[in-house]
Amino acid sequence: MEILDQLEQQSVYILRESFRHFERLCMLWSVGKDSTVLLWLARKAFFGHVPLPLIHIDTSYKIPEMITYRDRLAMDYQLTMVVGQNTKALAAGTTFPLTQDLPEGDPKKISRLDCCGMLKREALTHTLNGTWPRQKLNLKSGKYEPDADTEPYHGVIVGARADEEGSRSKERYFSPRDKNNLWDVGEQPPEFWNQFKTDFAPGTHVRIHPLLDWTELHIWEYIKREKIPTVSLYYDQGAGTRYRSLGCAPCQAPIQSKAKNVDDIIAELKSGKLKNIAERSGRLQDGKHGLEELRREGYM
Amino acid sequence: MNIVIVGHVDHGKSTVVGRLLADTGSLPEGKLDAVRKECQRTGKPFEYAFLLDALTDEQDQGITIDTARSFFKTAKRDYIIIDAPGHIEFLKNMISGAARAEAAVLIIDAKEGVRENSRRHGYILAMLGVKQVIVCVNKMDLVDRSQSHFDKIEAEFREFLKEIGSVSPMQFIPVSAVNGENLAGKSDTMKWYKGPALLVSLDQFKKAPPKSDWPLRMPVQAVYKFTNHGDDRRIIAGRVESGRVKVGDKVVFHPSNKISTVKSIESFNAPARKEIDAGWSTGFTLAEEIYVTRGEVMSHESLAPLVSMRFRANMIWLSKKPFKPGRDYKLKIHTQSQSVRIHKINKVIDASEAHSALSKNQVDRHDVADVTLDLRQPIAFDPISENESTGRFVIVDGYDIAGGGIIISNEKDDHEDFRAEAKLRDFNWIRGGVSLEARAERFGHRPSLVMIVGKQGIGKHQFARAAEKALFGKGLSPYMLDGTNVLLGVDADLVWVESTQAELVRRFAEVAHLLLDAGHIVISTTNAIGLGDFSAVQSLIPDFPVLVVDIDPSKKGVSSSDLQLTGKESEEAVIQKIYDLLRSRQIID
Ligand SMILES: Nc1nc2c(ncn2[C@@H]2O[C@H](COP(=O)(O)OP(=O)(O)O)[C@@H](O)[C@H]2O)c(=O)[nH]1
Repeated sequence: MEILDQLEQQSVYILRESFRHFERLCMLWSVGKDSTVLLWLARKAFFGHVPLPLIHIDTSYKIPEMITYRDRLAMDYQLTMVVGQNTKALAAGTTFPLTQDLPEGDPKKISRLDCCGMLKREALTHTLNGTWPRQKLNLKSGKYEPDADTEPYHGVIVGARADEEGSRSKERYFSPRDKNNLWDVGEQPPEFWNQFKTDFAPGTHVRIHPLLDWTELHIWEYIKREKIPTVSLYYDQGAGTRYRSLGCAPCQAPIQSKAKNVDDIIAELKSGKLKNIAERSGRLQDGKHGLEELRREGYM
Repeated sequence: MNIVIVGHVDHGKSTVVGRLLADTGSLPEGKLDAVRKECQRTGKPFEYAFLLDALTDEQDQGITIDTARSFFKTAKRDYIIIDAPGHIEFLKNMISGAARAEAAVLIIDAKEGVRENSRRHGYILAMLGVKQVIVCVNKMDLVDRSQSHFDKIEAEFREFLKEIGSVSPMQFIPVSAVNGENLAGKSDTMKWYKGPALLVSLDQFKKAPPKSDWPLRMPVQAVYKFTNHGDDRRIIAGRVESGRVKVGDKVVFHPSNKISTVKSIESFNAPARKEIDAGWSTGFTLAEEIYVTRGEVMSHESLAPLVSMRFRANMIWLSKKPFKPGRDYKLKIHTQSQSVRIHKINKVIDASEAHSALSKNQVDRHDVADVTLDLRQPIAFDPISENESTGRFVIVDGYDIAGGGIIISNEKDDHEDFRAEAKLRDFNWIRGGVSLEARAERFGHRPSLVMIVGKQGIGKHQFARAAEKALFGKGLSPYMLDGTNVLLGVDADLVWVESTQAELVRRFAEVAHLLLDAGHIVISTTNAIGLGDFSAVQSLIPDFPVLVVDIDPSKKGVSSSDLQLTGKESEEAVIQKIYDLLRSRQIID
């Protein structure tokens, strides 16, 4: 069996196990390449259907193409599309982009990391546990409406890969998070063969990682093989730059690259040109320990 | 290829991995220098381990606490190296790493020699089914690169592995990880060593051959019917763990003994197939619609898996709370989960000592044990020697996986003869023109047996009658089967001696089976036939759900009944509870 087939079989197996064991199950969809592959794998697992809600955390700073693409796919695939947002922080204007021009040392100045903490991590925590309002796409009108479902989710499928950066290489396929959404790296349950942690205490939830064994190259090779639609931002539109990883516009720098399509990207990855540049290097918020901390506290 | 690196703490795993990454040019540029500089700055001596410790947690404690993955490649192939922690506290993490590996490198410190976790890890690798192992005897620089020293360690460790019945390692390699000797390339510091360096040795690991020529095993993972967008396929989904299956093949599901024919192989965005084999997560539609559930194993008619309620296993326990007799745990094997108890602890092996079997009446944390387990209901499985994917299990205590193991053999339980009878009966059953599905449609429910058990005079009969009446009132088709009625007629020829007991049970179950085949919800009370053990009935009725309602004022009850009552409840309350139970088991929609 070829490597892409092997990876696909294991991911499908994991998706089906999650669907079986978690009545309150959702999938995070950042609309980036990884979680879009994940969405595709769900259609593989469930024979063309996507029988679980997709959650998108909208920081309001996403590059507009991302949102257009999200809603187009949601309509095409008839997805249960749920969006969460930190409306309070946005209303108060306590974000990095809005405070970056304040002088150094001003207490109102919000760092990139704190901004992520509020717009992503907090928004995610509260969207998952149902304490903040959720917006749901009405598939008839194509408009977002308040979601009547306010129950917490207990199983959250996430497109993390082990090769992305150090801390992700320690994840399990099924990884518990405690009441405060914290990840205790040292106290993870054992994972024997294909028996996963599917029992969980009230108030806790489990993160599920079907893509753990995939690499960036596998993702692109799979996108090519399956002809999965992706956002145009990944490709050079003539300026000699493209995004390698997608996030918020103010904190995401494109990389120098002339890759115009999936084949170019695969060739570029294979050539080793990007080998010594970490995939997330375009993300300005990661810093030294930044990502680990965000991660422990529940942002992935 | 996935390779796990194991060994006693401080024997040099991280150094071996760090060195391999550095020497194969697999590190991001400048990374090594950055770590060296950081060490200089903080006044710590440089360690390759720092290179791997991506998490602050680990840097603080200075030990690997969880499996970390690193990637590198040789001319032959790509590798994922899983660096498993050697500290005993983190054994569960070592297992998680090793359970995913196709091969292992075990590191032994030349100076310290074979230690507790060298042995324990050796044992665990064998149990997890990691058959390809290379042993590196590390820190040869500390023992003057002495051949006799190396030979002694090799002999000792081979002897230990032989004792526990594990496969012998492919290769023992003397290395000095800090100096990079015999890792990426052969070193001429140990000319007496004629074998290959580690990297060359890794390339000799073989990919496990596909299991397509083995007997067919597909544990049912789920039965899907996604009705939106007009999809009316009913798909039996799962991963083919071994063997192959074609459209048109006759397949049997175990333990229910249900038979059907593969109508189609289903997939999304892939070319249509007529045949599929081991490794694929797939789905089938069946020609004759039958009711099968998750946890059943699909096979061909010949070369079927075993079905039993008792087996013997080797296992390791990881939870702080010991594994004890007299308590119920949850067993998870392939896609089945099931209530389990210890039948007998045959022996407990203390992995910290070579050759030591303890006689204990519980299995403690980090113990390796040989046990016989009792299941509440029959399950399908294979001994590990026949088929690994259907021969290994974990045990869940509370919310956590607390231990895992492999099945060595099937043990005779009390109901083997009944199961054989049921199988013969079900395989040769002559079906009428009305299918079970059609009956279920008409009656508005699936057939099932609700057995009310408990001491004489506790009100079983009253509840059974009330439940029958209430369900009938709701438009369902229940039938109360009292043991006495079977005694009066079907059993009229039997003269009671001790040995007729089993025959009474058998006849009772066969009568119930006929009523179930006719589509009814059978509500029974069984004191008249003296039935203490409902699992005998279950063995004769593998093809229908059997639900046990236990009435016991002491609330101690039979081991894991489906519904526990005290007998003091009102009739209405009991009826409601039985109704809820039937719904939760999807007998009624
Ligand atoms: N002298 C010597 N020391 C070594 C060698 N390999 C590793 N060490 C040291 O042994 C200690 C433990 O090594 P480490 O790789 O962290 O062990 P781990 O716990 O198995 O990962 C460290 O201080 C290493 O520098 C070797 O070949 N020779």
